[in-house]
Amino acid sequence: MEEKKNLSQKEISRRSFLKGAGIASVGAVIATTASVDIKADTKNDSDVIGKNGISCEFDVNGKKYAQKVPPRTTLAELLREDLNLTGTKVVCDRGACGACTVIVDGKSVCSCMTLAIDSAGKKIETIEGLANGDELHPLQEAFVNHDALQCGFCTPGMVMSCKNLLDHNAQPTLPEVRKAVSGNLCRCGTYPHVFKAVMDVSGKKGE
Amino acid sequence: MAKEVKLHIGVENDLEEIKVTIPDDSPKPWDGKDKLKFVGGKTPRLDGKEKVTGNAKYTFDMKLSGTLHAKFFRLPCPSAVVTKIDTSAAEKAPGVKGIVLVQETLPLTVRYADQELLAIAAETAHQVDEALKLVKVEYEKRPFVVDLAGAQKSDAPEVFQGKFERDKEVGQIEVDEDNAGQRRGNVRAPQDYTKGGTKEEIEQFIEKSEFSVSATYQTQVQTHSALETHGVVANWEGDHLTVWASTQGTFSVLGELAQVLKIPQTNVRVITDYMGGGFGAKFGAGPFGIAAAKLAKKTGRPVKLMFSRREEHVSGGNRPSSMQTLKIATNKSGKLEALSLVSRGSAGISTGAGTSAPAKGIYECPKIYTQDADVFTNAGPSKAFRAPGHPQGIFALEQSIDDLAYKIGMDPLEFRKINTMNHDVRQKEYQIGAEKFAWHKRNPKVNADKGPIKTGMGMANSVWYYFYGVGYQATIKVNGDGSVELLNGTQDIGTGSRTAMAVVAAEELGLKPHDIVVRIGDTKLGFGPPSGGSQTTAGITPAVRDAAYLAKNKMLEIAATHLNATAQELDIRDGVIFVTSDPTRKLSWKKVASKIPGGTFSVMGERKKDHIDIKGAPAVHFLGRNFYTIGGMQFAEVEVDTETGVIKVKRILAIHDCGRPINRLTLQSQLNGGIIQGVSYALFEQRVIDRNHGLQVNPNLEQYKIAGSMDIPEIETIVLDTNRGNSSTGAQGIGEPATAPVAAAIANAVYHAIGVRIRDLPMTPAKVLEALHS
Repeated sequence: MEEKKNLSQKEISRRSFLKGAGIASVGAVIATTASVDIKADTKNDSDVIGKNGISCEFDVNGKKYAQKVPPRTTLAELLREDLNLTGTKVVCDRGACGACTVIVDGKSVCSCMTLAIDSAGKKIETIEGLANGDELHPLQEAFVNHDALQCGFCTPGMVMSCKNLLDHNAQPTLPEVRKAVSGNLCRCGTYPHVFKAVMDVSGKKGE
Repeated sequence: MAKEVKLHIGVENDLEEIKVTIPDDSPKPWDGKDKLKFVGGKTPRLDGKEKVTGNAKYTFDMKLSGTLHAKFFRLPCPSAVVTKIDTSAAEKAPGVKGIVLVQETLPLTVRYADQELLAIAAETAHQVDEALKLVKVEYEKRPFVVDLAGAQKSDAPEVFQGKFERDKEVGQIEVDEDNAGQRRGNVRAPQDYTKGGTKEEIEQFIEKSEFSVSATYQTQVQTHSALETHGVVANWEGDHLTVWASTQGTFSVLGELAQVLKIPQTNVRVITDYMGGGFGAKFGAGPFGIAAAKLAKKTGRPVKLMFSRREEHVSGGNRPSSMQTLKIATNKSGKLEALSLVSRGSAGISTGAGTSAPAKGIYECPKIYTQDADVFTNAGPSKAFRAPGHPQGIFALEQSIDDLAYKIGMDPLEFRKINTMNHDVRQKEYQIGAEKFAWHKRNPKVNADKGPIKTGMGMANSVWYYFYGVGYQATIKVNGDGSVELLNGTQDIGTGSRTAMAVVAAEELGLKPHDIVVRIGDTKLGFGPPSGGSQTTAGITPAVRDAAYLAKNKMLEIAATHLNATAQELDIRDGVIFVTSDPTRKLSWKKVASKIPGGTFSVMGERKKDHIDIKGAPAVHFLGRNFYTIGGMQFAEVEVDTETGVIKVKRILAIHDCGRPINRLTLQSQLNGGIIQGVSYALFEQRVIDRNHGLQVNPNLEQYKIAGSMDIPEIETIVLDTNRGNSSTGAQGIGEPATAPVAAAIANAVYHAIGVRIRDLPMTPAKVLEALHS
């Protein structure tokens, strides 16, 4: 019971959302979450599962956004459509390609597979938040210098996956870099330069 | 007026002096003795910063105020006649603003599953999804066939009953006009080519030959799977249409829109600022562009229509399948004597499945017979795909060439060498490749390792052609503050064309590439090349250099009056204009710019026909003309696990020629990409259509397998310095040659490792195990 309570208060992932929906009264599980986590302005349960917007507060790149989002809205949709942060790309729309990768509370996630309401109140980092004004993040700088991009469509997701790696492991080995971007598809085939860029920025020589 | 100049041309350091006549308004072509500062160096992309910060706006990211979202209704039936379409309920659905039919008159024939019937525009994408569910269609199902072998049977359902209607696009391989009279069922009129004898003579010759091989090869359908799908945003202002398109050809989209919508070309503008990947499938406006433009007209609002991932697979284009029967004969000393290739392939409801070009274009062979024929199937239309026909053709040709070498006991590299004596670049490439790859360490015996994991080395030749168009117009504008703008309508699809143009202009102007503001991807900026056929750099850079040459001369003339010298006595370097005999007499670029009469000037360079034909390599007949052949080759080392059947590509060495390389940094990226796409094609990718239902079962990116970071071999690339003196920059293409020989090189390495051939792509573990145990 203890565990369940923690889960409902802290972290309702899409999976547990679906699990909850399947076994119990749909409203009960979600309404608890909504009222605790996302400051829902709803008075009864049915509002949270419908098509109407729920008021949430989002922390994206350190900036606060108050936004009404329908529960079915994905984090990718929120970022791209509502907040106009179009750096995050949607390519496969089912978590297979990593183009939509953003970092939520220190973990890289596919924003196409994450509900916006589940990200409310959490620290969301997107590609737009990396540079400090005009000054690029060292990883971005290395991507440019090593030409770790071609068409550039996978680049935001690729950079975010690499950033997440370096956040947790400042000096990764080449196999660790390969693994870190193994969920990021690049159709231009630009991987060798991505490896080089990450190894360079971590102070190690690449391939 | 024309002038005569001396040039030093050739491959690497093997230079000869020639005299060439060039127009007065063109600079002396860069040759083998020119020491250049940026051209041939490594310049980071001008737009790199925009791409790594997420600021680059792709068509997918475009948002005009009031934009409607549109999607197609597609019929999930591979063959049908639609008799009624009822959109009355959909029209009333929340948010719906407009519906257009792809074909106004019924009945409508559906020839592949998920063919588009109509498009709906609504306020939000979710509203479109809801409305699509309300469309009612009445249709009569027809028999269908989706597989290449089945479609050739005499009792196969006919995909086209009556006339074949071509989906005509720039970049689409056009074999001929369809001749319904000669089409048999689904098999189009075969295209025959003969050299040195009739078909019968050549086949009999091979039959009787002591040293010959005969084998059948199969290759799969590969989808382009660009990460940004096909799509547009269309917006009308009065009778003027502006379209943002994810395209490889801004001008081909413009042309198609104007033609189909019956409006003057002056009223259409196409913009492609950033573009998320194009490998041959994105040239036309397409049904999506037309539908979006019509919806925008109808609703008076901007309309955005982008394919979903599923649509991209089923309708966005693909590389045709092939089944090739190849017979080749040689004499005892290893000279090729005769070759016969009969090829069938399916481009779905489209055409362009021919694979014979490599068989005609790589080896010196006195007797050649080839026959290509497209076979229609009830599947989505193929589009040109990075080196159309070549990965397929080379997969077959280079394995058979290998077979023959083993048969007569000759080293496969040596065998290739003595049959391509007429290609100067290729001869050098064999030498460099053998040395770099340590070919001599390769065990001449196949299947020599004890196992279970066995290693093997193989190689394959590539071939492509020198293509370029003429009439492209590059404009250079020099402003009073010294800033320089370079304008052209072509697009940068990720190849780095934007940066290559800046590199060329900077070299000529004595500035840095990042000093040049390049504005491209907009048809208002002057005619530019499509990114297809590996011709963008070859097409546009001479025009850029000519424009920069004119701008430089103008600046020198202005400076001359202030330096008490003649323009001929001046030169320009690192942003300084100086008297050659006395460099202390100088003025900065900015200072001279401030003295431009009127404050600013523009000059235009035009891509003209090459000064001279390229010599040193044979020309081949391809697509109705003769083209110089670009040589290249790749070496592969693989590990094959004989217990699991898994092939691991350990390393690839690629040696290529692209004339004069402009930017070696982006060139390297493009080579890596071509190789990785080739590895992916060789081992993983395959569109799978259920034979019983006619639907693609893997229209996504988890079951349609594409090579990822764990599959990337160690890659080494070598690009020769080739100076031909043909144009002012001497650039040729690389995009396509890089991907053409990969699968064949891997297949030859697999044979070397395990002693059995995999003649069927992709080379999956199951096929490897089957081959090992049969």
